[in-house]
Amino acid sequence: MKTDHKKYLIISNSDSVRLDAIPVLPYADFTAAVETLLLKPETHCVNYFAFPDHDGLKFIICIADDLQKELCVLSHKQDASGGRELASLTPRIPALHLFEREIHENFGVFFTGHPWLKPLRYAQERADQAADMNAYPFYRIDSEELHEVSVGPVHAGIIEPGQFRFICNGENVLHLEIQLGYQHRGIERLMLKKDGLLQRTILAESIAGDTAVGHSLAFAQVMESLAGIPLSRQLAIERAIALELERIAIHIGDIAALCTDIAYALGANIFGILRTGIINYTQSWCGNRLGKGMVRVGGTYHPFNETLKKNLLDALSSFEKMFVELSHRAYKLPSVENRFDDIGTLSEQQARTIGAVGMVARTTGIPRDIRMSHPFAGFKYYPYEPVVLSKGDVFSRFLLRRKEIKRSMAWIRDVLSHETFDEASERPVTLASLAPDSFCISLTEGWRGEICHCAVTGPSGDLRFYKVKDPSLHNWKALELSLRNLEISDFPINNKSYDLSYCGFDL
Amino acid sequence: MIIKAGIILLILLISLMFPGVINKTNAKIGGRKGAPVLQVLYDNIRLLKKGNVYSRTTGFVFRLAPLVYFASILSCVLFIPLGNHKAVFSFDGDFVLFAYLMALGRFFMILAAMDTGSGFEGMGANREAYYSMLAEPAFFIVIASLSLFTDHTSFYDLFNHLHPQSNLSYLIAFLAIYVFSLLALAENSRLPVDDPKTHLELTMVHEVMILDHSGFDLALIQLAGGLKFAIYGALIHNLAVPVSLPFALQLAILLGVEVIFAMIVGVMESLRARNKMMKNPQWLIAISALAVIAFLAVLIITRKFSLV
Repeated sequence: MKTDHKKYLIISNSDSVRLDAIPVLPYADFTAAVETLLLKPETHCVNYFAFPDHDGLKFIICIADDLQKELCVLSHKQDASGGRELASLTPRIPALHLFEREIHENFGVFFTGHPWLKPLRYAQERADQAADMNAYPFYRIDSEELHEVSVGPVHAGIIEPGQFRFICNGENVLHLEIQLGYQHRGIERLMLKKDGLLQRTILAESIAGDTAVGHSLAFAQVMESLAGIPLSRQLAIERAIALELERIAIHIGDIAALCTDIAYALGANIFGILRTGIINYTQSWCGNRLGKGMVRVGGTYHPFNETLKKNLLDALSSFEKMFVELSHRAYKLPSVENRFDDIGTLSEQQARTIGAVGMVARTTGIPRDIRMSHPFAGFKYYPYEPVVLSKGDVFSRFLLRRKEIKRSMAWIRDVLSHETFDEASERPVTLASLAPDSFCISLTEGWRGEICHCAVTGPSGDLRFYKVKDPSLHNWKALELSLRNLEISDFPINNKSYDLSYCGFDL
Repeated sequence: MIIKAGIILLILLISLMFPGVINKTNAKIGGRKGAPVLQVLYDNIRLLKKGNVYSRTTGFVFRLAPLVYFASILSCVLFIPLGNHKAVFSFDGDFVLFAYLMALGRFFMILAAMDTGSGFEGMGANREAYYSMLAEPAFFIVIASLSLFTDHTSFYDLFNHLHPQSNLSYLIAFLAIYVFSLLALAENSRLPVDDPKTHLELTMVHEVMILDHSGFDLALIQLAGGLKFAIYGALIHNLAVPVSLPFALQLAILLGVEVIFAMIVGVMESLRARNKMMKNPQWLIAISALAVIAFLAVLIITRKFSLV
C-alpha cells in the first residue's frame, strides 16, 4: 500500500483500506489524474461510482494496471453546496460514459460535455422519478429510405427482456441501440438491507444466474477482506476449480447454442449433452448444477476431497474424448466456418475505446484477464495464462470458447496432480464484524469477464454502500458496434456469440 | 378414374408423413429419440379443430391467403401423372399452369404477410419474393430441356417419352432430379436457405411470414408444405422410373423414393449449417446454372445445336 504523489492509492486485488487513506482530490485534479492513468494502454477502469457522504457525494474510481498488477484508487468529494454540475470525462475517455450515466441517473449530477446523459436502467431510486422507461430516447435517423426494426423487450424463447432498436437500410443495419433495465431488482440496495452473511451471499449468487460462482466469489472476497478472515490455500484452490468448472459448463452450452442458431443440429445436440456431464459433476459436489451453495464466506459446506478429485478427473476425461472428437468436426465444417467467419468484427481499437473486458477483449487481441493480472483464489498459486485471439469476429468468439475450455481443463488437471485433499477445508463463518470506515474492492474473472464488487463500510462496521459491476456493462456496447454494416439476419448469432447478461447489467 | 383418384390419395397420404420422416431422421442422427413420425399430423389435426385469431390490423387478404395457398398447392397435385396414367389435368404446356399455381399460393402468402403490418413479416415477405424470383428460372429451364429432348410439352408426355429414346436420357434425368431436389428445399424453406426450426425472427424467411396465422389457417399452411414436398418427390420419381415397369411396382417405388427423399433431407439438415442470408441468392442462381448445363447437354445430345 503506497500513495503516488498523494494522487492515488495503490492496492491489490481484495485489499481493504481505511476510507480516509484514499486521497480526496478537487475535481480538476481528480479528472487530470484519471486521464493520465487511463491514457496508458495497460490500464482500464474497473469501477467508478458515487455514494452519499454526509451532506454531499463521494466519487471513487478504481483503475487497474495490468502490467504492474496493481489497482489505483482515488476519490473526489462534492459538497451539497458545490452544485451538481461537473465536467464530463467521457469526451476524452469514452469507456467512462456508462459510469457517468449511472451517477447522473442515481444522484442527478450533470456531467457537462457528456454526449448523451440518458438514463441507464431506470433504477427504482433514480433521482428523476418522472423519467419514463417507455419513453427511452432512442437514437433516430429521420430518412425516407431507412426503416427501424424494434425487437423486444419481450422475446421469443426463454430469454431475458431487453429492447433492441435497429436502424436499417434494407437488410443492412446502420445502427443498433440496446435499452436494458427491465430486470432491475435493486441488488445493491438489497445488499445493504439484508443482514446476515448467508442472505447476502445468496443475493450475490443471484446477480446473474449463469455466473453464480463468479459473483458469489467476488462477494465472499469482499467480506473476508473486510472482516480479516484468513483463508487456507486449499479453500482458495477449491474455489478456483469451481470457477473454472462454471466456465467450462457455460462455454460448452454457448457452443451448443451457437450451433442451434445456425441450424447445425448435430453440434447442438452433442455439445448440449456434454454440458450435462460437467454440470452434473458440479451438482454431485455442491448439490446444485449451477454452483449455487458452493462459495460461502470464510469456508465451505462442500469441501473438496479425494473421491471428488477422482470423479472430477474421470468426468473431465470422458468429457474431453467426445469434445475433442466433435469439435474437430464442427470447427472445420465449411458451412459452419462460412456462417461465422468475418461477421460481427470488433476491432482492438473499438474494444479499448469502450473498455471491453473478458472474452470480448481477449478475442480482439487485448490480454485482459484478472486471473493473470490480479490473481485471486487458486490463481495465486497456479498462474493462468489466458488465451488471446486477434480477429474479433463471431468465429473468434466461437473459437475462444473451445480454447478456453481446453486451457481450463489443463489448469484443473495441473492443480489436481499437485494437490492432495485429504483434510476438509474450513467451515464457513456465520457472523463477521467488518472493519469500520473502510473500502474494499474485489475482482474475479467470471466466464464472461471481470466481475468487480466494491463495498464501503460505516463507522460501526455496517455496510454503507455496495457496488457491483458485471462484465456485461461494457460489453453490450461491443455488440452494438460490431453489428454496424452487418445484415440484420446476422444479429442473432452475433448476440449469442457475446452471450451477455441482461440481469447482470440491470442489477 | 379410380386409379387417378388412387394416385392423388397416395400423394396426399405421403404428404402427411413427409415432415415426420424428416424430423425423425434428424433426431436419430443427433442422438435423440425424436417425436413419432405422425406427430406432425397429430399437431395439424389439433390445429384444424381450433379457431383462428385475427389481428385487428389485418384485412380480408390475410384471411383468404391460407385458403388460396392450400387450394393452389392441392390443385398442383392434379397435374402429376404416374406411369401410363394421365393426370386429371393434362394438356400441352400444363407445366406452366402448374408452376404459376404454386406461385399464386406464394403470392397470396406474401400479401398476407404484408397485410399484418409487422416489421418482421414485411422482411420475410421481401426475402420470400426475392428468393422465389431467383428460383423460378431453374424450374423452367429444366422442363424446357426435357421438352427439347422429347419434343413434347406436357408432364405426361415428357415423362412417357423421356427414357425409351436412348440411355443418354438418364444423364438428363439425373441433372433434372438434382435440380428438382434443390428446388424442393428452397420451395419448402428448408436448409440451407431457411431454418424451419429457428425461433429467431430476424433470420427467418418462411416462418416469419406465418407468425400471425393460427389454428385452422396454420394447419392449412403446414399441410400445404408437406404437399409441396410430396409433389416434388412424385416428379422426381417420374423422372427416375421408366414407364414400362409394372404399375404396382411403380407405386412401391414412388413410396420408396419419397421416403428416401425425406431421409436425405433429414440427413443433410443434421450435418450442415444454414447459409448466410446474403449467400442465398448465389445458391439459388447456382441451381439455375445447373439447369442451364442440363439444357446445353440436351442441345448437344439431340444435335439441335452444333458448333460446327
